[in-house]
Amino acid sequence: MREKKRKAKRVIPGYGVSLGVTVTMLGLIVFIPLCSLVIFSAEMSFADFVETVTRPRVVSSYLVSFETSLVAAVIDAVMGMLIAWVLVRYEFPGKRLMNGVIELPFALPTAVAGISLTHLTTTNGWVGGLFDRLFGVKIAYTRVGITVALIFIGIPFVVRSVQPVLEKLDGQYEEAADILGASSRQTLLRVILPEVAPALAAGFAMSFARGLGEYGSVVFIAGNTPYETEIAPLIIMSQLQEFDYAGATSIALVMLFFAFLILLLNAVIQSRASRIVSGIS
Amino acid sequence: MERRKKTGPFQWIAIGVSAVFLIVMLLLPLVYVMATAFGEGVQVFLAAVTDPYAVRSILLTVEVTVITVIVNTVFGVFASWCLTKFRFRGKKVISALIDLPLTVSPIIAGLIYLLTFGRQSILYPYLQGAGVKIVFAVPGIVLATIFVTFPFISREIIPVLTSQGTDEEEAAALMGAGGFTIFWRVTFPHIKWALLYGIVLCTARAMGEFGAVSVLSGHLKGKTNTMPLYIELLYQGYDFTGAFAVSAILVLMAVIILVLRSLLEAKGTKES
Repeated sequence: MREKKRKAKRVIPGYGVSLGVTVTMLGLIVFIPLCSLVIFSAEMSFADFVETVTRPRVVSSYLVSFETSLVAAVIDAVMGMLIAWVLVRYEFPGKRLMNGVIELPFALPTAVAGISLTHLTTTNGWVGGLFDRLFGVKIAYTRVGITVALIFIGIPFVVRSVQPVLEKLDGQYEEAADILGASSRQTLLRVILPEVAPALAAGFAMSFARGLGEYGSVVFIAGNTPYETEIAPLIIMSQLQEFDYAGATSIALVMLFFAFLILLLNAVIQSRASRIVSGIS
Repeated sequence: MERRKKTGPFQWIAIGVSAVFLIVMLLLPLVYVMATAFGEGVQVFLAAVTDPYAVRSILLTVEVTVITVIVNTVFGVFASWCLTKFRFRGKKVISALIDLPLTVSPIIAGLIYLLTFGRQSILYPYLQGAGVKIVFAVPGIVLATIFVTFPFISREIIPVLTSQGTDEEEAAALMGAGGFTIFWRVTFPHIKWALLYGIVLCTARAMGEFGAVSVLSGHLKGKTNTMPLYIELLYQGYDFTGAFAVSAILVLMAVIILVLRSLLEAKGTKES
């Protein structure tokens, strides 16, 4: 409020009210709960923290979470790029439907997706049976199953991140490359990919970070065998069910750290990319 | 913009691979829910969804979703107005804090509320004294859902307001219009589709939230079980038909939401 006097008078009304409502609600919903996490962690002993987060079962749950979300995010990046390309560049029957279903993982409750994917991919399921007979690959109740669920969750992030950039991409760069004698592979790798790379990285980071924290769709398909298919959010959940809040908080802090690390890396990539772009123009 | 029409085998391979991927990954689970829910006949489906506990979970989900959407709409409109119409220090911090819930795992979202209002919290004695029950009760579920969907509406409105600038509002203010008149007559027509789109997304996530709600609900059957939690309960009791029957309602809602979404998107792009 004090700032209001220093700066030129604001013409548009509602500064005080809107800032007040925003800050109050932000404080109540986001800031205070986060503070309680900080306060609670400050009260824990560091030795306990280290002991909890280095338990073999906990460490292997991080590894399971990390491995499955990384693989899922890579597959999402490749498939999301392809789908975005198809949606922007080609005309074909059913295109509107294809564009419409991309957001299905946002709209479908994760628990529903979880039980449905599980039943589809057990060895008796429509898809799981096929894979079991053809390749001898079991999907449900293995890490493959977790990855499948995370691919489902992450795909819209990549498509919706890359699609607008591809739409804006001017066709004349490709024409220029074509006229200058570039093969279509060279055009793709040297002309198109550098343009969409930041958006692709953003989509990858979002689906990776989301995958690390995903719970609803994974618990059903994972089987939750310790050391094998137990993900970190599930360990937090079971700590909470035993009312071990300190243990749960310790594991949560490590997860938050990794999630923020991914987003920080992405932010660095984005700012470098925008600097390159602004440097040229 | 003129686009090169590439007609080669690559085009059809790309379309084919994308289509197969989307059908297997996204559409098949949807079809499977419906097939299983109605597989044993409509009677079985109706019996499952009219079970008193099922009805109670549906009502609770509706209640939680409605409160969440109202709260987040009010917040979203005020926050995006504040962030786009004025320049002030600390704006980036506010904007980052608003987006924060997107990156926090739902389980951790539940955990922080548990730490804030649960037994070991400094607030607990006061809440107890006032007779307010938050954790393992409906208010906790509502709070967790609000947290998880907190940025959904403001994130849709902010880009629209940013690209629109402040000229029109300034003109209106100089001509003597009051705050509400400016919002309703000048700003609102620009943001109505984005706002509706945000509300649709918020509704979708609010009715389906599982992780955060799971932490805070305490799973009291008939009291604090929302639809996703009730589905989990049925599923773990090997009542698969029941679980898929209740899921079918959520699938139907998801399809409605997707249709609304594409209609709103078409409307929004046509007008701008």
